[in-house]
Amino acid sequence: MSDEKALSGEKVMNNKIDSYKRRFLAQSAVITGAAALGGGLVLTRVVQARPASQAVSSKNRWGLLIDTRKCANDCDACVQACEMEHGWGRGSSDEQRSSPAQKAQWIRKVTLRDRTTGHETSLPMMCQHCAHPPCVDVCPTGASMKRDDGIVLVDKHRCIGCRYCMMACPYKARSFIHEDLHGQKTASPRGKGTVESCNLCVHRVDQGKIPACAEACPEKAILFGDLKDADSEIARRLASEPSTEIRGDLRLDLGVRYQNI
Amino acid sequence: MVKRYGFPLLLALLLAAGTPALAAAPLPDIPKAIKGEQCVEDTGFMRRNHMALLEHQRDDTVQRGIRTRQHSLKHCFTCHVVQDDHSQPVTAADPRHFCRVCHDYAAVQVDCWQCHVSIPEPSATSLRGGQP
Amino acid sequence: MKPSTFREISGNSGGYWALLVFLGLLIAVGLGAAWYMEHNGHWVTGMNNQIVWGMPHVFAVFLIVAASGALNVATMASIFGRTAFKPLSRLSGLLAIALLAGGLLVLVLDLGRPDRLIMAMMNLNFMSIFAWNIILYNGFFVIVAVYLWTLMERRGNRFTRGAGLFAFLWRLILTLGTGSIFGFLVARQAYDAAIMAPLFIALSFSFGLAIFMLVLFASYRWSGRPLGDDMIHRLQRLLGLFVVTALLFVAIYHLTNLYAAEHRDVEQFILDGNNVYSGLFWVGYILLGSLVPMAIAWFSPFRAAIGWVTTAAVLVVGGGMAMIYVIIIGGQAYPLQLFPGKAVSSSFFDGVISPYSPTLAETLLGIGGVGIALAIVVVGIRLFKFLPLSLEDARVDAHDKAE
Ligand code: HEC
Ligand code: HEC
Ligand code: HEC
Repeated sequence: MSDEKALSGEKVMNNKIDSYKRRFLAQSAVITGAAALGGGLVLTRVVQARPASQAVSSKNRWGLLIDTRKCANDCDACVQACEMEHGWGRGSSDEQRSSPAQKAQWIRKVTLRDRTTGHETSLPMMCQHCAHPPCVDVCPTGASMKRDDGIVLVDKHRCIGCRYCMMACPYKARSFIHEDLHGQKTASPRGKGTVESCNLCVHRVDQGKIPACAEACPEKAILFGDLKDADSEIARRLASEPSTEIRGDLRLDLGVRYQNI
Repeated sequence: MVKRYGFPLLLALLLAAGTPALAAAPLPDIPKAIKGEQCVEDTGFMRRNHMALLEHQRDDTVQRGIRTRQHSLKHCFTCHVVQDDHSQPVTAADPRHFCRVCHDYAAVQVDCWQCHVSIPEPSATSLRGGQP
Repeated sequence: MKPSTFREISGNSGGYWALLVFLGLLIAVGLGAAWYMEHNGHWVTGMNNQIVWGMPHVFAVFLIVAASGALNVATMASIFGRTAFKPLSRLSGLLAIALLAGGLLVLVLDLGRPDRLIMAMMNLNFMSIFAWNIILYNGFFVIVAVYLWTLMERRGNRFTRGAGLFAFLWRLILTLGTGSIFGFLVARQAYDAAIMAPLFIALSFSFGLAIFMLVLFASYRWSGRPLGDDMIHRLQRLLGLFVVTALLFVAIYHLTNLYAAEHRDVEQFILDGNNVYSGLFWVGYILLGSLVPMAIAWFSPFRAAIGWVTTAAVLVVGGGMAMIYVIIIGGQAYPLQLFPGKAVSSSFFDGVISPYSPTLAETLLGIGGVGIALAIVVVGIRLFKFLPLSLEDARVDAHDKAE
């Protein structure tokens, strides 16, 4: 990965890091202790945005701003990055028996063509991380959940595979796993009989990194950041530039916004 | 459903109630950890309570984003590795796997490995794609 | 009117055992299919990430909706004072429980992880209409069981009316709940309608009565008990009434959808598309499942003609399955409208009509559920006093003439 690619995300994270730093100092003694206990294992080169022992909070709301004008029709770097990160599609040799309609897709490229002008727009679609997610409302077991920081995901330990969330999702963002898997990534456990979807790369975000898709986009069309932090680039751009929510009529208050659709 | 699993479930519950007896029975030959002087908690405590720790950690991580290492499932396999004849770590599909030895002995079935990887991470995958 | 005498059926004929063995086979095959689906994963079914709910859900929803409808005969007797139906109340309650059990079993066995069901039941999310349904279904079993007790135990008789009323209200809520499973899906153009829940109630009346009639006719015929023309005719008329009511709600549902701009495309797809759903709707539900049974119900040549009345009931059941299929599968087959006015394409089947071809396994699972429901009835009427010895006309209340 080149430095440039990670730049936009890094800027965002640096903002966050500043605000965390103060709390961080106070807690550093504890952390150092924990690190020592863990056998000096906190050797990651990335600064922890939030101490690992601290729960996510509703002071943040993570989201994406996607500029479709920068999104090339024939590019699917974001999709490929997601596949590699989470081990689906080209990122895995599993799901051989599932039909194309049965295979999981966490993120997909969608092409829109204006029926009158013929103008084509390309954009990535994934879980829109609604503030009022229908999938969470309908889930009988509470497996479909929204973290305090706005990330919507499936707690696969509670999922019974009823697929009601898939019926409820307006964006077709969810997939069901139709067969046994074997080649999972350590960071992203997946398995038969449960539902899954984009989780905004929680495991990366929790470590202060940006989602794999945002990092991979060669045009930096995907901006990741904290919608609730007025100083973040994403919040500033959302405040000053026009953007849309897909099916805004449903009033779900999406965490993923698009520009130039 | 209840029809198909009710009975095994009942059995499992009875079994769980009977585990104190199990502690007294001679234990199987549990593979030694490859590193570390001691476990993440006292060994005796781990033997009895690892499931509770894992379950707690599971909810903490998935629901609250707490990613401490100590009780993390991934972390167990930095030390608890069993190697096969070619010095490759065995997965939980193999009866020699650290987690399998006791479980097979106690007839405990866990579904974790349908999703979770049961061997150490191939050198620092977690850093792949990270910033410099 | 003399009170009816209820008796267990003798149930030691070869025919009885043959029937039980047959139903047992259906159940065994259904359970086998469920095991096969679960062992391999759902790739062995025709369901996928576009058609998320398939054949098992068609069967399950049909059985659950019919279950609440089957209770109506008892309701008519206990609360609306239709004393002619009083002797049928017990069977009505038994059938309701049996159909619900069959439907739920299918639903549960289709889950991706049925092994986690008990864990799930202990951690219900009360925001979810699905979770509420679980409570409604469990409550239904208890309430109908209590109602049956008040009918069958002398000590309980004086509570029958109260229990019947309660069971009736509960079943209305239950069907509302089942309908709301779809009605709450705001994102799906085919389902996003307030009429969805009342529509399900209307459908439940006709489905439930049709199955009830088939079970009643079969058990009286095979046990050699007399069934009077008057009773047949009353049921026949009632079926006609229920079928018209359902038809009316279906019409309202489609008309309101046609008027709502954002639903028009999917309506056109269902109603005048050149596809299996339009065919099932017009030929399956409207013609065979509604118009023909209505003709049989009302035209005098068919009056109390048991063969024709049976045909009508079979058609209502078949048409009902077709209707549920159109609602569940057809509603999913039509693509979600994410970008109005734009032509959409993607690797994930955006903007295309999703095909669905159910496999044998998922169909057999559904049929297994029907087997369970019928087996419960067949065993129930042999063990307990559910059926009156006779339903001859003289026994049926003379003051309560069929109008
Ligand atoms: C730092 C290395 C290390 C880590 C990480 C670790 N263990 Fe251990 N574990 C040990 C050692 C050392 C023992 C003592 C027995 C031995 O030497 O094998 C032990 C013992 C155990 C025992 C008792 C085995 C017996 O002999 O009775 C269990 C159970 C256990 N660990 C489970 C876990 C689980 C679950 C995790 C992950 C949450 C974990 N361990 C993580 C090093 C580790
Ligand atoms: C010292 C033997 C031993 C070792 C080693 C061991 N377990 Fe266990 N484990 C048990 C026993 C015994 C039970 C059943 C206890 C009970 O049901 O109360 C159990 C139960 C569990 C459960 C709960 C299962 C249930 O159905 O409730 C989980 C989860 C679990 N173990 C995970 C692990 C993991 C992961 C490892 C490997 C890192 C591991 N165990 C290694 C003995 C062991
Ligand atoms: C259906 C798939 C699935 C199954 C089965 C499953 N998990 Fe998980 N598990 C996940 C996912 C997904 C995560 C979230 C990973 C993340 O966010 O980093 C997770 C995370 C965890 C975590 C926190 C992360 C870590 O590595 O410490 C623990 C602990 C955990 N699971 C324990 C278990 C145990 C114990 C079992 C077996 C009893 C189990 N899981 C079974 C999917 C599964």
